[in-house]
This record gives sequence, C-alpha cells and structure tokens, in this order.
Amino acid sequence: MSTTTASKPRGIKLPRAVGKVPLSRIIAVVAVTIAILLPLFYDSGSAFIEDSTTALIYVVMALGLNIVVGFAGLLDLGYVAFFAIGAYTMGWFGSSFFTSQDIHIGVAEFLQAQPGIHLNWLLILPIAAIFTAFAGAVLGFPTLRLRGDYIAIVTLAFGEIIGRIAINSDEGVFGIGDFNLTNGRSGINPVDKIDLPFVERFTSLNFRPWYWTALGLALVVVFVNFRLRDSRIGRAWIAIREDEVAAVSMGIPTVRVKLLAYAMGAAFGGMAGTFLGSWFGTVNADQFEFSFSIFVLAMIILGGLGSIWGVVVGALALSFINTRLIPDVLNTVPSKIGLDFDLTELGFGIFGFLLVIMMVLRPQGLIPEKRHQAEFADVLEDGGEHETIVETRV
Amino acid sequence: MESASIPVRPTRSRGEVVREYISRFGLIALLLILPVLYGIQDLQDDGDLSRLATNMKDGLSNGAIWALIAVGYTLVYGIIELINFAHGDLFMIGSFVAYSLMGTVGLTVATGSLGLVFGLLLILLISMVACGSLNVMIEKVGYRPLRNAPKLAPLITAVGFSFILQNVGLLWLGGSHRGVPDLIESQTRYTTILGVPVTHGDILALVVTVPLFFFLVNFIARSRIGRAMRATAQDPQAARLMGINVDTTISFTFLLGGLMAGAAGLIYALYQTDVWFFAGFTAGLIAFTAAVMGGIGNIKGAILGGLIIGCVQQISDNRIGTEWTPAIVFGYLVLILVFRPQGLLGEQTREAG
Repeated sequence: MSTTTASKPRGIKLPRAVGKVPLSRIIAVVAVTIAILLPLFYDSGSAFIEDSTTALIYVVMALGLNIVVGFAGLLDLGYVAFFAIGAYTMGWFGSSFFTSQDIHIGVAEFLQAQPGIHLNWLLILPIAAIFTAFAGAVLGFPTLRLRGDYIAIVTLAFGEIIGRIAINSDEGVFGIGDFNLTNGRSGINPVDKIDLPFVERFTSLNFRPWYWTALGLALVVVFVNFRLRDSRIGRAWIAIREDEVAAVSMGIPTVRVKLLAYAMGAAFGGMAGTFLGSWFGTVNADQFEFSFSIFVLAMIILGGLGSIWGVVVGALALSFINTRLIPDVLNTVPSKIGLDFDLTELGFGIFGFLLVIMMVLRPQGLIPEKRHQAEFADVLEDGGEHETIVETRV
Repeated sequence: MESASIPVRPTRSRGEVVREYISRFGLIALLLILPVLYGIQDLQDDGDLSRLATNMKDGLSNGAIWALIAVGYTLVYGIIELINFAHGDLFMIGSFVAYSLMGTVGLTVATGSLGLVFGLLLILLISMVACGSLNVMIEKVGYRPLRNAPKLAPLITAVGFSFILQNVGLLWLGGSHRGVPDLIESQTRYTTILGVPVTHGDILALVVTVPLFFFLVNFIARSRIGRAMRATAQDPQAARLMGINVDTTISFTFLLGGLMAGAAGLIYALYQTDVWFFAGFTAGLIAFTAAVMGGIGNIKGAILGGLIIGCVQQISDNRIGTEWTPAIVFGYLVLILVFRPQGLLGEQTREAG
C-alpha cells in the first residue's frame, strides 16, 4: 500500500492542461512589461515617475516586512529600524560625512576629489543587507520565547530605541563618548547618488534610471519572495505561523527559522533603505518614526498578509495615496465642506482609519493569500483542506 | 576537560539552576542597578542621598500617572488578551479635555483655593467620563466585531485607533506643545520631609491616585460586576454559561480603563503644565512597560510597575539626559520580556511562556 500511495499521493491536483498558461501569469507579464516601458511615455523629470520610483521602493520594503509578518506570522512593529540602519549605512559609506577618511571605491570622478568614504551603491547594498540582517537577528533573539502581542511590543520598543539613537547620537551614544554617529536631526547630506556602470547618470532631474533601478530591485525581491515562499524554509515559516506547537512537533527548528525570517525581512528593508537614502539625498533622524513602520504594515494588511501580489498592490496603492491622492486630490475637500485644515498633516490618521475599516470589513486584504483566506473564512474542517494541500503558484 | 567526563545531566541542571535564578532575581537586580549606582555616586559626591531621594519622590509622583494608565492596559489585557494600543492616546485625549475645560470652567491662576478644588473636581469627573465613554465606543467599533478573528486583527485596529486619536488631537489643538496654566503652582514647595522637598504637584498626584486605586482594587475584589470581570478573565465561555453578560462586562472593563486614563490626563496636564498630541504615544509605551513589569493582567502589579518605571525614568532624566529616557525605558521593556516575561507579580501566561 505504501508503495502505491507514495508514487502518486492522493489529494494533490495535477496541472489541468500542460502548456496552458495560467491567467495570473499573463497578467503578471503584462504588468511588468508596462512597468518597464512606463517611463518612456513620460517626461524624464515628471512627478509621476518620481512618485512611482518611491512606490516601487516601498514595494521592496513591504515585501521584506511581509516575510516576517505575512509568512512567519511575527508581528513586527519596529520595521523602521531596518530602514534606518540601511539608510545610515548608505550615509556612512556614501557621503562626505566621515571627513577624516579618504576612501573611494568605484565612484564617479567628481566624487574622487571629495573627502569621506565613497563606495559604489552596489557595494553598499550587500553591506547594508549584512548589517540589517544582523540587526534583525539581534531583534529576533529576545522575541524567541515570546508570542503574539509581546513580540509586537518588543519590536516596537526596538524600533523606538533605534529611532532615539538616530536622533540623539550626534554626541556619543547614551551619553557615552562624543562620537558623532548620526548627526541627529540635521542628518547626513548630501548622500551620493547611485552610480551604476553602463547606465546614464543618476541626477535629481532625470528620474528614469532611478525608476528602472527601483523596478529591478522590486522585481528581484518579488522573485526571491516567491522562491522563498515555496522553499523548505518558506513552508516552515507558514507552519509556525499556523501552529507553532504543531510545527515544533514536526521537527521544525523554530529558533533558526524565526531568526532567518527576521534577518531576511530586515535585509530587504535595509536594501530599500540604502536606495531611499540616496534617492532622498539625505539621511536624517526625522525619517525614522514609528508611523513609518505602521505605513509599511498598512501596505501589507491592505494587500493581504502573506500574499505576494497582494502586498505589491497594497504598497503601490498606499504609496500613491500618500504621494498623489492626499496632497493633490483630497486636499481641497476640507475647504470645500467648510473645514479649515491641511489634510496632508492627517495622512496617518487616514491610514489609521484605513486599518480599522480594513480589519473590520475585509480582514484578509485585497488579494488574500489562499491559506489566510481559509483561516478567516473558517472553512478548514471541510472543503478547505483540498485547497491548502496544493501550493498556489503564480 | 573535566566537564567531558561528567555525564550530561548535571551540567544541564546547573544551567537550569542559573536560568531559574535569573528568572527569579534577574529583574530585581536589573531594577536595582540604576539607584544603587547613583546612590554610591551621590554618597561619594555629596555625602548624603537627598538627590537620589528627590529623584525617587519625583519618580513616584510621575509614576502615579503611568500607573493610572498602566491599569487600563492591564485590565483590558486581563480580560480579552489584547494590547490596547490606543490607550496611550486615550490618555492624551484626556489631557486635552482637561486643558480645554480649564478655559471653559474659567479656572485661572488667580482662582481661590475653594473654587480651584471644586473646579478641578468637576474637570476630573468630566475628563474621566469622556475618556471612559470614548474607550467603550472604541471597543464597540474596533474590537467587538473581531472577537473571533485571529489575534492579530484587533491589535491592528488598535494601532489604527491610536493614529486616529492622535490626529484628532492634532486637529484639536494643533501640532505644537500647549502650555497649561500652572493652576496649582505644581513646583512650589509644600513641605519638606527628610530633606526632600514635597511640591503641590506631588500632593495632587497623591490625593487623586490613592483613592482611585483604593476604589479600583476594592471594586474588582468585592463588587458583583468586579466578580463578573474576574470570571470573564478566567474563562469567557464558562462565565457566559454562568449567566454573565460577557459583552457588557468587557465594555465595563474598557469603561474603567478609560476612567483611569482620564484622571491621568488631568494630573499630567497639571503636573507637567504641558499637553501635546504626541505625548500619548510615549506615555502609552511607558505605561505598557509598567504593566508588563508588574505582570500584565495584575492590577496591583500595574500600580507597582508604574511607580518603579516612574523612578527609573526620573533617575534617567536627571542623570543620563531627558533625550535618552525613552530609549532606556524601552530597553528595560525588552530586558524584562527576556528575563521575566511574567513580570514581578504576574503568573505565567500562555503568551509569555
């Protein structure tokens, strides 16, 4: 009996027709093609391309957080810490901040003359990934014994501590020493622009190379996310999310698996952080507030926890709401209905409202993950089992 | 070399003993580091401990405010196992209500002491009721529909409400700090005990919080609805079978938490003479740290934790620098959760196990 069932397990559906391309894949290919060609239809300095670039980097951030919150089910409210560490890595290794140093590797000629450490972005990217992955593991360590809400609080506290260090470390850390680590609220600027070989110059007037770099980064991260999700480690994450006790008894090494989730999620956040540091041209402590963590969290909740395409859509949507809809479209509404306030100030109130509405009305998100959908609909006893045996591939 | 010849079990049990000691005394040792360190330093510098004692006294007054907020966290967590993120911002709304009412009631620095007492009592009542009913409303809208949803869901709505309340505050009084008229001359010396000046603000914190705590602890221990609350906290299903209206009981818990937050709001406004829309976020985190330190779900623990955190905060304010205080308090939070997640007086919970 064992031999027959092992060769062809029941319950696993084979693809219906070989050679038939699923609809979702067609949509994905079309969307990516449009995304690649998009800048050609716009002026190279248009605000739309600028906002799209920011949105794409938020996709990277959100996908990083999605690994921790969506896959592994560890609510992380301190994600801004990794953005901060990534951005500061960019600031330290790609600006004239450390004036006493004089290190230049792979940067343009005009930067060679400037003091400080100037490394090429392609070098800073892995450095930041390593830094943040390490920080993620450090953050993960105290939460290993904890569950649920407590993890949220520890991560929140971690984010706040990093934020405090960013604000106050212009003269020593915790009052010790007088080393200027972050330059506080005035920040590190100007940060070097990204400089890639064989590509036109990255300037603050021509957004196209920025856009394509961000798009490339986002696509790589989407791809890595899919591969991770379907990998052994991804299945382990989902297993501990669904039921940690059961996962442990199935032999999943929860410590390693959880730390990996933190480290990988953090690394993506750090990589996005280096890009944002260069893109904004400045790294200062005011960028690293708790509200940013919530902003990214709102993206993945809006899209659907654990659902990769959902998170992409959520990140794009919220980013455009933030950069376009609230300042440009909605800002005239209060004055029209006779109220006098600036709606851009209330951006996070609107996100808060969105979170509440979303959770009450559609807790599974815009494009829910199959597994989560089943969990929310409470159909696991009956028909849900078939659905969840097969990994849904896109 | 030696350990290789010894069987595995004794070495493991030694590790377990160490871990047990850390879990039993680690937190207490951790808490004693700051006072002992600075006590020694004071003895060396000044020859007495009056500076440390003044820090501690200020810390206790401040801690009374954190304790009032922490009680709200602990009550709600005890009954539905939810970290009510919006609670800190509720406290901020309370301080805003108190600030606005001072103008409405017409209290100024020149008001006589009798008028002041009655005026403040009125404001205290109104801000308590305002926060209490707001908290009940938040529970109805944001948490009750999600009672059977995964645990992440109500936590996220709580974060959402926190942002909404913050923005309500922002619309109400603007983004800058507002100075509150120093009605009680909070920094004026009232008396001196053992070389420690006791100010009007300390007296205010004392006369408001002690009766409230006394009332709260007795209410939960003795009254019918208090008993219902404890029963619901223990087992909502069984409580329902025993004829307890669980929804009403939970609403009532939120009401109690809100009342305390409102009282804290008034004391804070008078004591710090400053209200700010963002104060609630930090205050909420500090108070949550206090609740966790005392053992979440335990009211006496929350009060104790609040007082201790107040002292830690004051010492850090005075010695290390105000700008580092939040980082130090949050550092404590992380360390507590690592070494003793059940807190000082708490039981082992499933969450913190």
